[in-house]
Amino acid sequence: MADIRNNFVGIKSPNPFWLASAPPTDKAYNVIRAFRAGWGGVVWKTLGEEGPPVVNVNGPRYGAIWGADRRLLGLNNIELITDRDLQVNLREIKQVKMDWPDRAIVVSLMVPCEEHAWKAILPVVEETGADGIELNFGCPHGMSERGMGAAVGQVPEYIEMVVRWCKANTRMPVITKLTPNITDIRKPARAALAGGTDAVSLINTINSITGVNLDSFAPEPTIDGKGSHGGYCGPAVKPIAMNMVAEIARDPETHGLPISGIGGITTWRDAAEFMALGAGNVQVCTAAMTYGFKIVQEMIAGLENWMDEKGHASLDDIVGRATPNVTDWQYLNLNYVAKAHIDQEACIKCGRCHIACEDTSHQAITAIVDGVRHFEVIEAECVGCNLCVNVCPVENCITMEPLAAGVIDQRTGRPVSPVYANWTTHPNNPMAKVAAE
Amino acid sequence: MAIGHFKQGIAGGRLSPEQYADNFSDLHPPLDHHEALVESDRCYFCYDAPCMNACPTSIDIPLFIRQISTGNPIGSAKTIFDQNILGGMCARVCPTETLCEEVCVREVAEGKPVQIGRLQRYATDVAMAENRQFYPRAAATGKTIAVVGAGPAGLAAAHRLARHGHEVTILEARPKAGGLNEYGIAAYKSIDNFAQAEVDYVTSIGGIDIQNGKALGRDYQLSDLTRNYDAVFLGMGLGGVNALRADGEDAQGVTNAVEFIAELRQASDLASLPVGRRVVVIGGGMTAIDAAVQSKLLGAEEVTICYRRGQEHMNASEFEQDLAAANGVIIRHWLQPKRVIAEGGKVSGIELEYTAMEGDKLVGTGERLTLTADQVFKAIGQSFVPAALNGSGVLLALEAGRIKVDAEGRTSLPNVWAGGDCIYGGDDLTVSAVAQGRDAAESIHRALTSNGRA
Repeated sequence: MADIRNNFVGIKSPNPFWLASAPPTDKAYNVIRAFRAGWGGVVWKTLGEEGPPVVNVNGPRYGAIWGADRRLLGLNNIELITDRDLQVNLREIKQVKMDWPDRAIVVSLMVPCEEHAWKAILPVVEETGADGIELNFGCPHGMSERGMGAAVGQVPEYIEMVVRWCKANTRMPVITKLTPNITDIRKPARAALAGGTDAVSLINTINSITGVNLDSFAPEPTIDGKGSHGGYCGPAVKPIAMNMVAEIARDPETHGLPISGIGGITTWRDAAEFMALGAGNVQVCTAAMTYGFKIVQEMIAGLENWMDEKGHASLDDIVGRATPNVTDWQYLNLNYVAKAHIDQEACIKCGRCHIACEDTSHQAITAIVDGVRHFEVIEAECVGCNLCVNVCPVENCITMEPLAAGVIDQRTGRPVSPVYANWTTHPNNPMAKVAAE
Repeated sequence: MAIGHFKQGIAGGRLSPEQYADNFSDLHPPLDHHEALVESDRCYFCYDAPCMNACPTSIDIPLFIRQISTGNPIGSAKTIFDQNILGGMCARVCPTETLCEEVCVREVAEGKPVQIGRLQRYATDVAMAENRQFYPRAAATGKTIAVVGAGPAGLAAAHRLARHGHEVTILEARPKAGGLNEYGIAAYKSIDNFAQAEVDYVTSIGGIDIQNGKALGRDYQLSDLTRNYDAVFLGMGLGGVNALRADGEDAQGVTNAVEFIAELRQASDLASLPVGRRVVVIGGGMTAIDAAVQSKLLGAEEVTICYRRGQEHMNASEFEQDLAAANGVIIRHWLQPKRVIAEGGKVSGIELEYTAMEGDKLVGTGERLTLTADQVFKAIGQSFVPAALNGSGVLLALEAGRIKVDAEGRTSLPNVWAGGDCIYGGDDLTVSAVAQGRDAAESIHRALTSNGRA
């Protein structure tokens, strides 16, 4: 049986599935329910400084987009940090940690960008017995207008400065949560590392408008006729999040920096993918908010079964395994040739591959052969783009088959070269490096 | 259980009022908004979609379903009506399981086609509830056209002709318009007087005058029409019913299934409609199923369909056969009627003979079977009655007993077109009649306006 116990910057949990800092972790009631359901840890919803708490809107706080059968694909929210009293939160954190010592409790924090504010909150959090802190430099709405959240996360110098204050004022591990609302995710990650962070977590939510009401012409969610951008999350953001995780994991400057992966993780497979790209564990929110806490049971069992099946004994065997295979476009093998192949037995003859290829790509799939509706790849036209695979409604009906070295590529008339060759040395590249003599 | 449930002979009042209401409620209840969205999401928007090619009226099915899924049911309805102005009725009565839904790639892939018929009903219901008219009439051409029969073919032809600016007079023998939609479809397929609502919707375009109680050959002759109108469209359907060719056929209790169905559709109180306790239906088509199922739903204790060939030869679709079975109708094959047994002039049973194939020929085996019955329905096909055409001066060319037409619906007579069940080569489907009426109208329009230019 695979061992999925997790040790993330010294914080131990029975599994790598944590609930992200968000509404599901706002109070003891929810967190206890989560632990009962099996979650390995939680990042408690962001605490602010002592004093009157923030207030939230009392109209809609969430917007969404849906796929078929109203399956929720993307969620957006404009909720702020906790609107409960700081002392109440601290008391509850202490109690829950005492009652659930084997689970991870990390506390998310967001206070003004002044050292005294951080110095004030760190000891009271430490006193709860929490396992670590997460610096909320990601929240893109509301708090960022007040110079916190994403407003800090978008300025690498601020990140470095605040991380340094925290490291100097607490013994707890510091996880720096990054905003994706930035051009190059490596810059804030490097800044956090320079400040001495123990880990980064990403992504926080993405600036978004989920819809426009075409009667009132107001963005959704609409509060009394107006709307504000919210933070986008859920399955729709997973590809964006995974790329950012991989960027940090493979950046020579931050390589090896522990990463807690966040962004649209809904199933064990999503989690395994994040971890393969370099995440040491994962955080989940939207999936729980969509289906409830029970989904963690599928995640645990699914991850264990997959690891058993593949012979991975522990999480260390999978974390970062895909990182070396993420590279720059310029290093991709231009001599590799694949052609689409349609399994005629599996084909249901919807014709979507044909029309996608015919209208928008390379005219490489037939519609009629010998007077009969028949979809087949014309190898002389196929560039191996994979569009047909992506639009086919039947899994594994269309596959990309690599041509073996020496086989004639019908499209170019040339044999497939066995030699790896990329753009850096390609004759069409004006900046090509001349191969060494 | 109503008191009269097991009454001998042909009697009404076999069920309680609630049972009648329940038995004759909608066979395929309409999809609600959410169901329509879920179902429309299942459509793959196929290229050169098989469903569209299987539809006799060539409705752009992927497009209308996509319009439902994007919250545009009105646009969806227009996509349907563009090809088939009787899309509402076709959504209810089309044997979709042998047309669009049979070839749906989802049927191929998972044995569960997209429910095209019910989606079509959803969209057309939305538009018809608002009486949304999509087609302004072209400028008046001054041309007049007579349409014989207000059934699906005649209505489709009339609507298309009216659109083109012609004035249409429909002459209908029966008291109501609608043809088989009004008189020939099982009640649970067309509830709430839908056939009349559809007639009203179609004729709302204007320029269509329906005159009821006007039968060709009785009240007027074809030559009157060719003399008084610029063109004539014949869509009078089939007036005759094939005989059983069994002895004793004239006994009391032997009824034409089509008459029974028509009577049922017109009945204001189903309890007043008499039906036998033990009913035998002779035939293997949709009419046989409709008569048998409705007999059962009216409270008959025992209903048996006897068909002279095998299950694989039945014209009734598999869905219809299942419907019959689900309602407790017994379908027996390889039996042909030989003799109706009567007591005191009333049916008391029917003697049948087993059949078998001898090469290509169906023969009786000599073995007989007698079924107790107090009512026997004949549902072995309808026939065209050409007598009404007499008086046209010139005999209209027929083929295999029905009117011969070319690809555009032109008959052998100049300025006379025909479509629907009365022509040769059709498949006796409502949707095909609509296609033929529509296409004949286009042909008439071209002929009257020098290739479509008024």
